[in-house]
Amino acid sequence: MKARTLYDKIWDDHVVDTQPDGTCLLYIDRHLVHEVTSPQAFEGLRVAGRRVRAPEKTLAVVDHNVPTTDRSKGIDDPESATQVATLAENAREFGVEYYNELDSRQGIVHVVGPEQGFTLPGTTIVCGDSHTSTHGAFGALAHGIGTSEVEHVLATQTLIQKKAKNMRVTVDGALPEGVTAKDIVLAIIGEIGTAGGTGHVIEYAGEAIRALSMEGRMTVCNMSIEGGARAGMVAPDEKTYAYLKDRPKAPKGAAWDEAVRFWDTLRTDEGAFFDSEIRLDAANLPPIVTWGTSPEDVISVTGAVPNPDDIADEVKRQSKWRALEYMGLKPGTKITDITIDRVFIGSCTNGRIEDLRVVAKIVAGKSVNANVNAMIVPGSGLVKLQAEAEGLDKIFRAAGFDWREPGCSMCLAMNADRLAPHERCASTSNRNFEGRQGFKGRTHLVSPAMAAAAAIAGRFVDVRSFG
Amino acid sequence: MDKFTVLTGVAAPLEIVNVDTDMIIPKNYLKTIKRTGLGKGLFAEMRYREDGSENPDFVLNKPAYRKAQILVAGDNFGCGSSREHAPWALLDFGIRCVISTSFADIFYNNCFKNGILPIKVSPEDLDKLMDDARRGANATLTVDLERQEIRGPDGGCITFDVDPFRKHCLLNGLDDIGLTMEKAPAIDAYEEKAKAAHPWL
Repeated sequence: MKARTLYDKIWDDHVVDTQPDGTCLLYIDRHLVHEVTSPQAFEGLRVAGRRVRAPEKTLAVVDHNVPTTDRSKGIDDPESATQVATLAENAREFGVEYYNELDSRQGIVHVVGPEQGFTLPGTTIVCGDSHTSTHGAFGALAHGIGTSEVEHVLATQTLIQKKAKNMRVTVDGALPEGVTAKDIVLAIIGEIGTAGGTGHVIEYAGEAIRALSMEGRMTVCNMSIEGGARAGMVAPDEKTYAYLKDRPKAPKGAAWDEAVRFWDTLRTDEGAFFDSEIRLDAANLPPIVTWGTSPEDVISVTGAVPNPDDIADEVKRQSKWRALEYMGLKPGTKITDITIDRVFIGSCTNGRIEDLRVVAKIVAGKSVNANVNAMIVPGSGLVKLQAEAEGLDKIFRAAGFDWREPGCSMCLAMNADRLAPHERCASTSNRNFEGRQGFKGRTHLVSPAMAAAAAIAGRFVDVRSFG
Repeated sequence: MDKFTVLTGVAAPLEIVNVDTDMIIPKNYLKTIKRTGLGKGLFAEMRYREDGSENPDFVLNKPAYRKAQILVAGDNFGCGSSREHAPWALLDFGIRCVISTSFADIFYNNCFKNGILPIKVSPEDLDKLMDDARRGANATLTVDLERQEIRGPDGGCITFDVDPFRKHCLLNGLDDIGLTMEKAPAIDAYEEKAKAAHPWL
């Protein structure tokens, strides 16, 4: 039999039907639903008199639009309240399991799926959110879809798809102290560009990826979309199984053993074909800071803002000048000379317990700089409870951080958490687009360790020598 | 979904690369539970000034382009968030066709579900079309999906590729879900087979 990649295997395992032009009907094992991209899909079902084909394969949770302050007395913003109420009502009407804003299992959909064991190796997972690629860390084929496709999956449990190409990103070597999964993925995006993965599914491999925890692998897979890839994945291994074992929705007993035997086959075969291959050495990676308005605009913390005039292509050069103007930066400015106003620690990229532990270690006994407003938003209610059980919240509060309720928060700033115009933020989230964290807000993407150090120093500092 | 056959209209030049969906429709417009009425939010942060007035420098605010039906844009159009509000906003504004050298996957898919035709062209062809678009209302393009041609104001003609299945759906305004539901027996059979192979799911 022809040698196949991990992506080839999962794809082949889910094809329901193939048309002569190669368009396939792909079966979807797991569907995550949130309040912002689903109301029109449920409405479409209602209008057409259709039902949800497999409610038990669907899980709904509110995350994008909920306030991260006390929610026990309801949601003030009437539009947000309507959207949240609409999801609750749709979940009830169509028989879908739903975690509301007061449920301890509530959180960012991409934190919740793995936490509950809803995310499993070898499955196809979709959600009306581009960061669905996160779940690929478990050796699943996971990607974002639009609302029409959400409706299609709800109605048919399938998706119309054409197969993507295979790309392998191999990260060799060992990460230096203070350099993290976030720096790996930012370096990859810097290397391939924000459209470098377009039309591809990326498999992350190599010693440095194997050495990452499941949470680190989620961080890497999460930002696959920022490199344009449809999905990112890591072959499952003992770490994957250890993470999933005994999770509420993971298989139990004999079913678990049978599942693991199958999951062990989810490896790329020797000699399988990749349309493109990228290699990086983790040992050479520094902590990274973005300077522009695309996640590809990366630079080492020891570097300086680049000069767009060095770019030959005119439209690209103009776009980078536009980015610098938006960011209020000049070429040649040292990254460590850039002062910040805000710090945001959270998101589906970096809002999990290990991220919070790293932050706590750096900020313990220190104080947030007087010029900085810093907030920490746990990725889920369970992450929050765990952090509080470990006393991390006390460390954060003592240092002057704002410790909040779980949700997407200032990653996309749909709720009240947002930057004022021209405010500059060190953010552990995934996008530094114009206006992403607030109208005219300026976002620098960094790891949780770098964000924590910046919060204390009031400017970017090299976390490797910060103490 | 409205059919897409032949479109003749004004093409607006948007000379920016990596136009992301946050730019196309900022998050404050995503709180709706409807698909309609999003045109007012299209490119809002570039189209309006901080006091809410129109920014006269933005292309779609210029008299020649206020009724543009085609957008000619830089590389990697539609990257970022999966929000289908982006094509909904384009459609509500009146744009039925976007031309670029490349598109982000999810945005590209979303267009076809809404009767919008995204067209990929070579960098050389994009330069030509951008030149045409800069001429404003004096220069209209004709996009012919059946023949897979873009015809310019000076008689120039550029051909483009499109998936046969997507073309068929767009030409006929077909509803994907209806088509897939006709394949229910195949889905049933798959589910039976998968249940035996992966009983833990």
